[in-house]
Amino acid sequence: MSPSAIKPTAMKPASSKAPGRVAYVNARLLDPGSGLDEIGGLLTDGAKIADHGPRLFNNGTPEDALVIDCAGLCLTPGLIDMRVQLREPGAEHKETIESASRAAAHGGITSMVALPNTEPVIDDVAVLEFLARRARETKLVKVYAYGTVTRDLKGRELTEFGLLTEFGAVGFTDGLKAVADSQVMRRALSYSRTFGQVILQHPEDPALSSGAMNEGEVATRLGLTGIPAAAEVIMVARDLRLLELTGGRYHVANVTTFESLNAIRRAKDKGLNVTCDTAPHYFTLNENAVGDYRSFAKVWPPLRSESDRQAVEDGLADGTIDVIASDHSPHDQDSKRLPFAVAEPGIVGLESLLPLSLALYHKGRIGLLDVLAKLTTGPAGILGLNAGSLAPGAAADLTLFDLDKPWLIDPAVFQSKSKNSPFTDYPVQGLVRRSVVDGRCIFGPDEKPGN
Amino acid sequence: MTDTRHTADILGFAHRHLLGIDGLTAEQITFLLDLSDSYVALNRSDNKKTSLLRGRTVINLFFENSTRTRTSFELAGKRLGADVINMSVSSSSIKKGETLIDTAMTLNAMHPDVLVVRHPESGAVQLLSEKVNCAVINGGDGSHEHPTQALLDALTIRRRRGSLLGLRVAICGDILHSRVARSNIQLLGIMGAHVRVIAPPTLLPNNIERLGVEAFFDMREGLKDCDIVMMLRLQTERMQGSFVPSIREYFRFFGLDREKLQAAKPDALIMHPGPMNRGVEIDSELADDIDRSLIRDQVEMGVAVRMACLDALTRSLRSNNSSTASTQIGGPT
Repeated sequence: MSPSAIKPTAMKPASSKAPGRVAYVNARLLDPGSGLDEIGGLLTDGAKIADHGPRLFNNGTPEDALVIDCAGLCLTPGLIDMRVQLREPGAEHKETIESASRAAAHGGITSMVALPNTEPVIDDVAVLEFLARRARETKLVKVYAYGTVTRDLKGRELTEFGLLTEFGAVGFTDGLKAVADSQVMRRALSYSRTFGQVILQHPEDPALSSGAMNEGEVATRLGLTGIPAAAEVIMVARDLRLLELTGGRYHVANVTTFESLNAIRRAKDKGLNVTCDTAPHYFTLNENAVGDYRSFAKVWPPLRSESDRQAVEDGLADGTIDVIASDHSPHDQDSKRLPFAVAEPGIVGLESLLPLSLALYHKGRIGLLDVLAKLTTGPAGILGLNAGSLAPGAAADLTLFDLDKPWLIDPAVFQSKSKNSPFTDYPVQGLVRRSVVDGRCIFGPDEKPGN
Repeated sequence: MTDTRHTADILGFAHRHLLGIDGLTAEQITFLLDLSDSYVALNRSDNKKTSLLRGRTVINLFFENSTRTRTSFELAGKRLGADVINMSVSSSSIKKGETLIDTAMTLNAMHPDVLVVRHPESGAVQLLSEKVNCAVINGGDGSHEHPTQALLDALTIRRRRGSLLGLRVAICGDILHSRVARSNIQLLGIMGAHVRVIAPPTLLPNNIERLGVEAFFDMREGLKDCDIVMMLRLQTERMQGSFVPSIREYFRFFGLDREKLQAAKPDALIMHPGPMNRGVEIDSELADDIDRSLIRDQVEMGVAVRMACLDALTRSLRSNNSSTASTQIGGPT
């Protein structure tokens, strides 16, 4: 019983002109797919990678190629962010495809996958077509999108998985709303097998998660309604049972707790087709970041206890967590400058994804290639994207970054329209120098031929 | 079901009731199909009426709406000379609160010879059969069995292809709710055909492979090299909640059109138990294509098969009651 093979088609920015050949010399090549970590060169030809290797340019670079001296910086497959809220259509005052694309380019992200909780929601092929057209016009990063699991996010009727898949949807999710009805979730996991698609679930039991922050001492002191950590494992454990029943593909978004990680770990050991991601704030911050009712630290699921934060780090280190996604959730001041309980949840993350993730490497928790895998091969594998590899023939999507460069995060200079980040003045190491999509430089200094 | 095995050995059919294909042997099925063949000839002749069942009473007891099955049984009974009475749920006392068993007992007291029963609940026909003295034919119970449909499908195929043995048959669509699928899977398996089911996973019952079929989610894959393509009706009346998201998506991926049919053998034939939802599970023009579609043949065979079933199930009565009851027509050929 094999699903029909429908390849996801990227909503590719159409190249204005063929970029020709570009030679990246003197780069630290990091390819998580092959395990390569070596100084060498990489040649792109048009929109594809032609070749790479330590001795590629031993006999000089091709005459017609534009040469870029990477000066020993890290060159990796372009990063993939599998969880981004674009806010377009519907809330263009918070973010647009263009502003999000610029933010992504600055963050070293060359492919981003949009959540379907726009207005209107992506439950119809027409909205997907709109997104594709806007992405083409923007001509920056590659934009993919999920379809919703249920019509209008109401949690009842399934959307047209087949037609949406044909029009480019790379998976199905109700965004920040969990599919609460067990029968609907069962049918979603089952029906999606027809098209080999993955169902991505927001891991919070809706009835238990109407609070404002993590349930615990801090919430008690602040007098805020808590969301228990159990709300997450209840939803995840139920879904894993349904997964076993249906044999579909299941992805848990934003894993934040020890218990749900344990459930996922056991399911993986059993051989179930389950993957999961988390966002940098869940392994960087804990509930104390809420501090003095800082609504920029309000997010769903909420920032958890320190022991849960450590469990997320452990999950990343032992491979239980496959992907780090920014969970980019832009909000304007009016949505955040409110009493904590009524402020919108969400954190912008496109421009801090890489440095916050690299902290895992800098503090010795995870190897560099393993961190990069969670930003490249991990999401590419789950969503079936033709991205995340330096192999000859792969798309020439590249990220060049300075691994050790220290800097302080300053949301005020973010390209994103919204600045709702709790990481103001947070010290990080690792700075993006150049982003390349289909061979075209979309961020970084201009290089003149012969440079 | 085999309390008349001894007489049946003589008369060709070992069962008192026809509740399902489950429990029939290849020989019994062949016997019914052979008998049906002779009734096809009768139905095509000028004088379609016999007096085989003269004086016998057949009651069509339908707890669920039906046009073609009820008409087909009615015609079959009348052509055999029986008195046929139709009872449908709207005119029955069920609406007044009478239970299924009460209805059965009431009808039983009227001494019918055959009850043809259709009921929306699986197992209801068997329950009723346990309470009456006459023969019972299952005219379709819930999502369980519809044996005369499977027999007429088999007859239709056999008359076109000569035999069922070794044929590759794809049953496509709403397998989950389909009694036609369940009866056909049984019958085709018994007769040596290779059966595939093709449906979205939400319309495939759990463990369907254990019934001896191969399951596919993709029409082109599943139809590859098939001799026969059986389409099923999307049974929206049995569906609670969304099994498929929309009609247009269903037709796009699981509706039979010329393009998908190309995956099957070049001479593959199309069947549908009716009533068809044109543009939902089958392309309208394809359904009417007389070179590919057996849909009208199926209706014709339906009457003959039901005559054969009425004949076979009343033989023991006739042989017990009267020495002159030897078959005048439609004996084993």
